[in-house]
Amino acid sequence: MGYTITEKILLKHTKLKDIHPGEFIDAKIDLCLGNDITAPFAIEEFEKLGAKKVFDRNKVVLVPDHFAPAKDMKSANQCKILAKFAKQYGIKNYFEVGRMGVEHALLPEIGLVLPGDLVIGADSHTCTYGALGAFSSGVGSTDLAAAMAEGEVWLRVPESMKFVFFGKLNKWVGGKDLILHTIGDIGVDGARYRAMEFCGEVIESLEMDDRLSMCNMAIEAGGKNGIIAPDKITSRYIRSIKKKARPGLGRAYASDPDAKYCLVKEYDVRTIEPLVACPNLPSNVKPVKALKDVSIDQVVIGSCTNGRISDLRIAAKLLKGKKVKSNVRLIIIPATQKIYLDAVKEGLARIFVEAGGVFSTPTCGPCLGGHMGILAAGERAISTTNRNFTGRMGDPKSEVYLSNPAVAAASAIKGKIAHPDEVI
Amino acid sequence: MPIKGHAYRFGDDINTDEIIPARYLHTTDKAELAAHCMEDADKQFARKVRAGDVIVAGKNFGCGSSREHAPVAIKAAGVSCVIAESFARIFFRNSINIGLPIIESKEAAARIRAKDTIQVDTAKGFIKNVTRKEKYRIEKYPPFMQRIIKAGGLMESMKKRRA
Repeated sequence: MGYTITEKILLKHTKLKDIHPGEFIDAKIDLCLGNDITAPFAIEEFEKLGAKKVFDRNKVVLVPDHFAPAKDMKSANQCKILAKFAKQYGIKNYFEVGRMGVEHALLPEIGLVLPGDLVIGADSHTCTYGALGAFSSGVGSTDLAAAMAEGEVWLRVPESMKFVFFGKLNKWVGGKDLILHTIGDIGVDGARYRAMEFCGEVIESLEMDDRLSMCNMAIEAGGKNGIIAPDKITSRYIRSIKKKARPGLGRAYASDPDAKYCLVKEYDVRTIEPLVACPNLPSNVKPVKALKDVSIDQVVIGSCTNGRISDLRIAAKLLKGKKVKSNVRLIIIPATQKIYLDAVKEGLARIFVEAGGVFSTPTCGPCLGGHMGILAAGERAISTTNRNFTGRMGDPKSEVYLSNPAVAAASAIKGKIAHPDEVI
Repeated sequence: MPIKGHAYRFGDDINTDEIIPARYLHTTDKAELAAHCMEDADKQFARKVRAGDVIVAGKNFGCGSSREHAPVAIKAAGVSCVIAESFARIFFRNSINIGLPIIESKEAAARIRAKDTIQVDTAKGFIKNVTRKEKYRIEKYPPFMQRIIKAGGLMESMKKRRA
């Protein structure tokens, strides 16, 4: 019996000769990651363990991105814990404000993650890097502490699910809609403990930014990891990185033709329209066209899901020469400093500001109700982020709808949830 | 801590934002986290809960973020055990890693009602519903996880190994 790409990567990171779903393994890691919310706990545990040094100072990544630039004194203290630890232990990959970005946009952008890697991060959206053909999965702070000390993580080998996308994409439909469609189909626990492998002709021609959006939200279906086999688009993406953090192109794995899947789903993308996930679960998915007169108070375009340059280009295309509806706040957050600068160079920042929007420094900010756009009771937002749980963006009596950047931008102009065709 | 107390009932897909909202994540102080435990699912929970009490929920408990603050808040609030039809994976591993007893039991999750008195004997492998005079059998953890649980968490198990 053959292996899936996930099983192959996991096997390669153990001393085992064979690997099976359900089995527990201790795996070597290529990279571990923490942020200003999860790393302070990990650092406490690391110090209690009495570890004198980290297992490899090139393989620990610390990014203050959630409540940074520090939103209040307590957050400032959390960020300080990271900076101090990084200095004390010689952590090479610590990214200070001004050089940082939303972690899951930053790491691929600078080439810190390569195909074939095994990455764990104390952040649930660590699954994003599966877009590069790596195994990457979110864990907790204690796992991060253990990984920083010993370079290993315990894992249960997941069963794999295969999602095959075929047909031709409709206008305004991107990776975000494909993953929302998938989560809507299988539910928020449909891939619990499992690997989600995305493939088919649609995925093969999908650009990296869309692939990252898709793998990013594997966790929203309960998945352990999302993964796409590396191909020409992957190597082109990695080659295009200037001043790459690591040499080489990584190692490309692919699933064997006789690999075993616990479920195979085939989706004809011609049936997929721009979608929104309605409150309060990412699986509560409806076509934009099915929503009538859902007024909004705020629009957020950004995050590790959809804060990349191609997302901002789409938003700018719709917003160019238009105005944000008078009673609506549009908040646009490029996910990294590079994306910020590219948006300025390409004239996107000007389009956003002239339309009446806010153009912010990179931060996770409002996505998790941190700062930079918190909702009051009774307010409603449409956002390109990844979760719409009760109270996610602020008051427990506020509401969040999730969409792609085109739908979010169109909605900002109309003042209600709108299809991009309504403004272009 | 012995696992005996009253049951607090919650539904399906209780997520980490409800267990401990992000507005309280700017600290690692356990008492402060405990004071806001389950706040967006039940505002009064932290005030009502007593040491030993048990959370009983439906499917996919703890879905969402990786924040270990979620099981930490539950444990620090005095909850002795979480019983659910199923758990989201990061919450599950975080609980094992920090030594918060959690039990997956479809039967118990379906039968237990709010305020029932619940007693758990992990060694003998059963949940006792004192109020309803019922017993629900629980599956043993795989040996790999038992090692971590027995040590009281991942760090304790590592400390033993490193000593």
